[in-house]
Amino acid sequence: MAVGKEIRSKIASIKNTQKITRAMEMVAASKMRKTKDRMQATRPYSKKIGQIIRHLAKANPEYKHPFMIERDVKRVGIIVVSSDRGLCGGLNANLFRKVLSEMHQWQGKGVAVDVCAIGGKGAAFFSMINANLVGQVSKLGDTPHQSDIIGPIKIMLDAFTNGDIDELFLLSNDFVNTMTQKPVMQKLLPVSVGELGEETKGRWDYLYEPNAKDVLDSLLIRYVESAVFQGLVENNACEQAARMVAMKSASDNAGNIIKELQLVYNKARQAAITQEISEIVAGAAAV
Amino acid sequence: MAMTIHVDIVSAEAEIFSGLAEMVFAPAELGEVGIAPRHAPLITKLKPGEVRVKISDKESHAFFVSGGFLEVQPHLVTVLAETAIRAHDIDEAAALQAKARAEEMLQDKSGKYDYAIAQAELAQAVNQLKTLDRLRKRGA
Repeated sequence: MAVGKEIRSKIASIKNTQKITRAMEMVAASKMRKTKDRMQATRPYSKKIGQIIRHLAKANPEYKHPFMIERDVKRVGIIVVSSDRGLCGGLNANLFRKVLSEMHQWQGKGVAVDVCAIGGKGAAFFSMINANLVGQVSKLGDTPHQSDIIGPIKIMLDAFTNGDIDELFLLSNDFVNTMTQKPVMQKLLPVSVGELGEETKGRWDYLYEPNAKDVLDSLLIRYVESAVFQGLVENNACEQAARMVAMKSASDNAGNIIKELQLVYNKARQAAITQEISEIVAGAAAV
Repeated sequence: MAMTIHVDIVSAEAEIFSGLAEMVFAPAELGEVGIAPRHAPLITKLKPGEVRVKISDKESHAFFVSGGFLEVQPHLVTVLAETAIRAHDIDEAAALQAKARAEEMLQDKSGKYDYAIAQAELAQAVNQLKTLDRLRKRGA
């Protein structure tokens, strides 16, 4: 039967697409479970080190580390964590929109911005919009290691130490739940006390062993590294979750289109049969 | 029951221990320290070695750490355990590598990043050339 050949081939092609999106959805679902576990496993460490840093900022150390001193802001550095691959809904687009609006605000105040991109999408985006990209690392895979991101972080820390940048921020996606991922900006340096609401009982300081400088140096670097790593791990979980949701809706949409096309196809087929019968009847009547 | 102190031991990969203890022993850089409740605030680096948590006279736990940090607040001990020790020169090399990658990417417009750039219009290509120019000037 020659009826609706285009429609049939279209249905077949959409069915193929649907198979792919469904497979991607299932892969993303299983990967999400793994990346979520990783994210939860590394959370305690970054939480604890953050706590220590907050204690530290509240103390009155005999030695003021450069990372703890506020300066006039002329140039800021941002570390942007994005995914390596696309097809994950609006995850990266939302993050970049946030980055752009922040960058816009800084530019309004005459503050220059240095960007360090972790993840392939971010690198491509920032070179496209002509941003000042100072460091880049991508293709970290689903199980990134701390050693992978030391390089780009070192670039930013060195820039901060040399006074090239006066503030350092981290932008990444926060895993709220499977359906929601929120782009967030976090200030890494200089370490600030934040809300002074908690008890600030008198002047006190830690004992440092062997000495304040050594301990603070490595502790603060470790803090930045762990914060960025946590952002990376969390962004990975976000990526898989967003992909799963995006692929699910793609599969559903494909299903709807197939249904509609099937309807059109059936109608055309019936119309053709009806026409054929009426032709035969008319022919028989004429004899 | 004797006085107790809350102890948290976390490594980069997982939470290892959390609970109350009578005393904690840790391999600080200047020698082993024993932390009893109401110890003065202290921050120190840890050497590779054994962290012992004494929960009672009968019960105690031991953990191996390969370095890290120890923070003491009067009622809270936090051990941030490292899994591996990294050398400073490795950091330096990694930094150079990442920087080279970024530069290479900005220079090499025709390579594998073509896909993303191909989507951009001509205006963006002009912008990219400007970036290149500026980078060359600054990089020289």
